Amino acid sequence: MPKVTMSVNGRQVSGECEDRTLLVHFLRENLGLTGTHVGCDTSQCGACVVHVDGLAVKSCTMLAAQADGSNVTTIEGLAKGDELHPMQAAFREHHGLQCGFCTPGMIMAGIDIVNRKGGPNLDEKTVREELEGNICRCTGYHNIVKAILDANAKMSGAQAAE
Amino acid sequence: MGADGLGQRVLRKEDRRFITGKSRYTDDIAVARATHAVFVRSPYAHARIRNIDASEALAMPGVHAVLTGKDFAEDKLGSLICGWMIHSKDGTPMKVGAHPSIAADTVKHVGDQVAVVIADTREQARDAAEKVAVDYEELPAVIDPVKAMEPGAPQIHPEAPNNHIFTWPIGDEAATDAAFKDAAHVVKIDVVNNRLIPNAIEPRAALAVYDEAEESYTLYNTTQNPHVARLVLSAFVGVAPEHKLRVVGPDVGGGFGSKIYVYPEETVCLWASKKVGRPVRWTAERTESFLTDAHARDHVTHAEMAFDADHRIIGFKVNTIANIGAYMQIFSSVTPTYLYGTLLSGQYDMKNIYCEVTAVYTNTNCVDAYRGAGRPEATYLLERLIEKAAREMGVDRVELRRKNFIKSFPHQTPVIMNYDSGDFDALIEKALELADYKGLPARKEEAKTRGKLRGLGFSTYIEACGLAPSAAVGSLGAGVGQWESAEVRVNPTGNVEVLTGSHSHGQGHETVFAQLIADRLGIGVENVQIVHGDTDKVQFGMGTYGSRSGPVGLNAIHKALEKVEAKAKKIAAHLMEAAEDDIVIEGGKLKVAGTDKELSFGEVSLAAYTAHNLPQGIEPGLKEGAFYDPINFTFPSGCHVCEVEVDPDTGHTEIVKFTAVDDFGNIMNPMIVEGQVHGGLTQGIGQAMFEGCIYDKETGQLLTGSYMDYCMPRAADVPSYTLGHSTTVCPSNPLGLKGCGEAGAIGSPPSVINAIIDATGSDNIAMPATPERVWRAIHG
Repeated sequence: MPKVTMSVNGRQVSGECEDRTLLVHFLRENLGLTGTHVGCDTSQCGACVVHVDGLAVKSCTMLAAQADGSNVTTIEGLAKGDELHPMQAAFREHHGLQCGFCTPGMIMAGIDIVNRKGGPNLDEKTVREELEGNICRCTGYHNIVKAILDANAKMSGAQAAE
Repeated sequence: MGADGLGQRVLRKEDRRFITGKSRYTDDIAVARATHAVFVRSPYAHARIRNIDASEALAMPGVHAVLTGKDFAEDKLGSLICGWMIHSKDGTPMKVGAHPSIAADTVKHVGDQVAVVIADTREQARDAAEKVAVDYEELPAVIDPVKAMEPGAPQIHPEAPNNHIFTWPIGDEAATDAAFKDAAHVVKIDVVNNRLIPNAIEPRAALAVYDEAEESYTLYNTTQNPHVARLVLSAFVGVAPEHKLRVVGPDVGGGFGSKIYVYPEETVCLWASKKVGRPVRWTAERTESFLTDAHARDHVTHAEMAFDADHRIIGFKVNTIANIGAYMQIFSSVTPTYLYGTLLSGQYDMKNIYCEVTAVYTNTNCVDAYRGAGRPEATYLLERLIEKAAREMGVDRVELRRKNFIKSFPHQTPVIMNYDSGDFDALIEKALELADYKGLPARKEEAKTRGKLRGLGFSTYIEACGLAPSAAVGSLGAGVGQWESAEVRVNPTGNVEVLTGSHSHGQGHETVFAQLIADRLGIGVENVQIVHGDTDKVQFGMGTYGSRSGPVGLNAIHKALEKVEAKAKKIAAHLMEAAEDDIVIEGGKLKVAGTDKELSFGEVSLAAYTAHNLPQGIEPGLKEGAFYDPINFTFPSGCHVCEVEVDPDTGHTEIVKFTAVDDFGNIMNPMIVEGQVHGGLTQGIGQAMFEGCIYDKETGQLLTGSYMDYCMPRAADVPSYTLGHSTTVCPSNPLGLKGCGEAGAIGSPPSVINAIIDATGSDNIAMPATPERVWRAIHG
C-alpha cells in the first residue's frame, strides 16, 4: 500500500492506505481524528470540511494520496490549548450548534468564509449564500449565521454586523 | 435566582466537546478487532428470493461471514414490532405482517436487506457484498396507497388482505352528519401531506460487541431511547436477555424521531457479533439512510367543514388514507391515529368531529413518527381549510379564527383531548404585532411596483406532547408505560450527578437539566453531571421524543430532587438543633427560619456520607430516585405567520419574514428553546417548499435517494426568524412546562402555503411548493 505523508494540525504524520482511501477516512481511521465527520455519499452536506493548505476542502472529495505533502487543519487543530478559536467561541456564544454533527464542518467553512470574504462588509446574505455547501438539520441556520458574523467581527476587528 | 438558574440563557455545558472535535458518536468509538458489516439490499420493490449464492463473496479477502435471512430464521429470532395496538371500526385488531430483520422469502421495498457481509474492513465488506449473487423473481409492486386497496392489487403481507391494516374512527359520526344538515356553508378540501425523509446529518450506525466470558452484549447505537431498544431487542427479537444486554446511545447526531426505532441493522450486528466472535460495526451511507430510515407524513385526505350562518364551525369530517410503507414500526399505528385524529380540533371550539383513518401497506420504506408526528398533518389540514373557508365565505381570516377560538380552559374536545391551558387570542395578537400585519397592504403595493407578488399566511396550532401519561396511553393501546425516571446523587463533596432516562441528541439536556439542580442547590451548572444514554448506568427510561424530555424527564428530576431536599432538611435540622419544620431552602442553603443559622447543601451532603451524626432512623447517603408519570399530556400552542414574495415569471418563492409566537408554558432556558424553534421551523419550511420523497409509481425505485435529488433547506433558503412568546403555565406538571421540540415543524407548513396562496390568488398549491408548481398555479 502506498505511503502518504502530510502535516496535520502542525504535526508531520504518515501512514499507509489504499489508493482509494479518501482524506476523511485517512484522518478518522489512520490518525484517529474523529472530529471530521461523514454525513453523505455525494459531497453535499459539508460535515467533512477541513482546510488543506489554508483552503476549505470537503475531505470526502479528496483522496488521501492527493493531500500528500499538504498542510491539513482539522477541527482538532483550531484551539490553542484551552483557548478556543474565535469561530469556535462564537458558535458556543450564539448557540450555533445542537447535535454537533455538522458543527466541525460548519466551523471550518465559517473560518474559510471569513478568510475570503471577511471584514466590515460581510453581511448576512453573503454568509447564507457562502454556506451553500453545508447542511445543518438542527439549528435552522439562524444562530450559525449570527455566530459567523460575530466571529468575523472578532477575527477582522470589524464591527459586529447585527 | 443565580446566574445558572431557571429562565436564564445559560450557555451549553456540552458544547466544548462538539466545537473541538472531541465528541464521540457511534462511528467514532474504537474497539479492538472490530469487523465491518455491509448489507446486501434489494434493488426491487417487491420480489421473491429464489436463491442466494455467497460462495464467491465468502472466498474474498478479509471476509468472515455472509449471513442471510435463512440463517436468522434458523436461530429462531423474532420479528421487529409495532408498539401500539389499533382496532378497526368493526372492532377487529389491526392486521400486522411480520417484519424480519433480514428478508428470507420476499423483499417488500427497494433497500430491504437480504444478506449481510462481515469483513475485516469496510472496503472488503463492500467489495464482497457486490459479489453476493441473489436470484430474484420480480413481483408486481404497488406504491400508491389508494391503488394498494383496489381489487387485484399486489398483496404485500398475507396477514393483511387488500393491504388494509386498519380503518380507525374517532368522533361521533351521527352527530357530525346531523350538524352538516344544518350548515349554512360547507367548505371542502383535498390535501396531500407529502412524504418526508428525516435526514439527521449523522447517519445511523451500530457497533455490537459480544463478550464471550460474560456471555453478554454491548450495543453502541444511534438511538433516542436506549432502554426501549434493549427491551425490544431482548423481549421481542430475543437476540440477548435483558440483563445481558447493554445499550449505549453515545453522542447522537440528530434524531427528529428517525432514531426512536429499533432497526434491523442493530439486531443483525448484535446477532452477527456472536456468530463471528468479533465486534461488528455498521455505519449507513446516506443513500442507505434515504432507503431505510423511517419516512414520514404521506397522507391523502379529503375533509369538509360545516359552518353556521354566523361562521361558527359546527362540524368537521375527515377521511384520511395513511401510507404505512412495507412494514409497521414502533409508532406506525399511533402516528396517523392518536397523534393525528385527536388534534383535529386545533385551537377551535367545535362540538362535532368525525374522522376515519385508513392505514395501508405499500412497497415503500416504512413510514413512522418524525418531528411532530401526526400533529403537523392535522394542523396542515385544519389551517388550509380555515383559510379556504375565510376566502369562500368572504370573511376576514383573523376574525374567523378568533370567532372560533376556544376561550376557556380546561376544554374537552370531541376527540379525547382535554386541553389544560392556553390563550389563543393573546398568541395571534402578538403575532399580528410582530409580523406588522397592518402594514401588509402597503408592502403588497410596494412589491407590485417591483413585479413581485407578496402574500402572508397564518397558521395556528395546538399539539399534545410530553408523551405520557401511562394510564391514558395504555387505554389507547400503547404497549409500554410513558413515565420517566431520574436519580439525583449529591456526592459527599457537594457536586451532583443526575441519572435520567431521557436521551439528549442535540437538545441541550446536559445544560437545562443541570440548571434545575444548580438553581435549587445553589451550585454552578459545571458542578452537575447529567448521565444519560447508557442502560448500564441508568436503571430505566423511555427516551426522548414527542417533546417529552422537559415536561416528563425534567419533572422526574424535580421529583427526585424533592426527595433529596426532604432528607437534607431532616439532616440539617438535626445538625443545627432545630425543628424540621423550621428548615427552609433558599439559594441553595438550608436555613433555620428566622435565625442566621444555615448550612450549604455541600455541608449537609458531607454529613450524610460521614454519617457520624445523623438523626435517628435516617440512612446514610444523599441520593434519591423517582419515577414521574404525569396526569395529562401537555398542550403547547402557537401562531405562525409567514410572509413571502413570489416572482410570477419564475414561480420562485422567497420567505421575506417568518414570525412565530408560541406558548410553551414555563421556559427553563430561552436560548435553547429558541434554538429548538429555529430548527423546527426550518424542517417545516423544508416540507412546505423543498422536501418530498418520490418513488417511481410503477417500479417503486426511490428517485430521491441522495442529497442531489432530495432538496434539503440550506442557509440561503430560509430567513432569520422573528420569535415571540405568550405564556400560560402548564397546570399538569410541577414545573409548568409544555415542551417545545416539535412546534416549529407543526406550525410552519400551513403558514407557508397559505402565504403563497395569498400571494398568487390560487389555492392549487401542493407541498413542496416548488417554483414549477407555483408558476403553474399562477399561470393556470
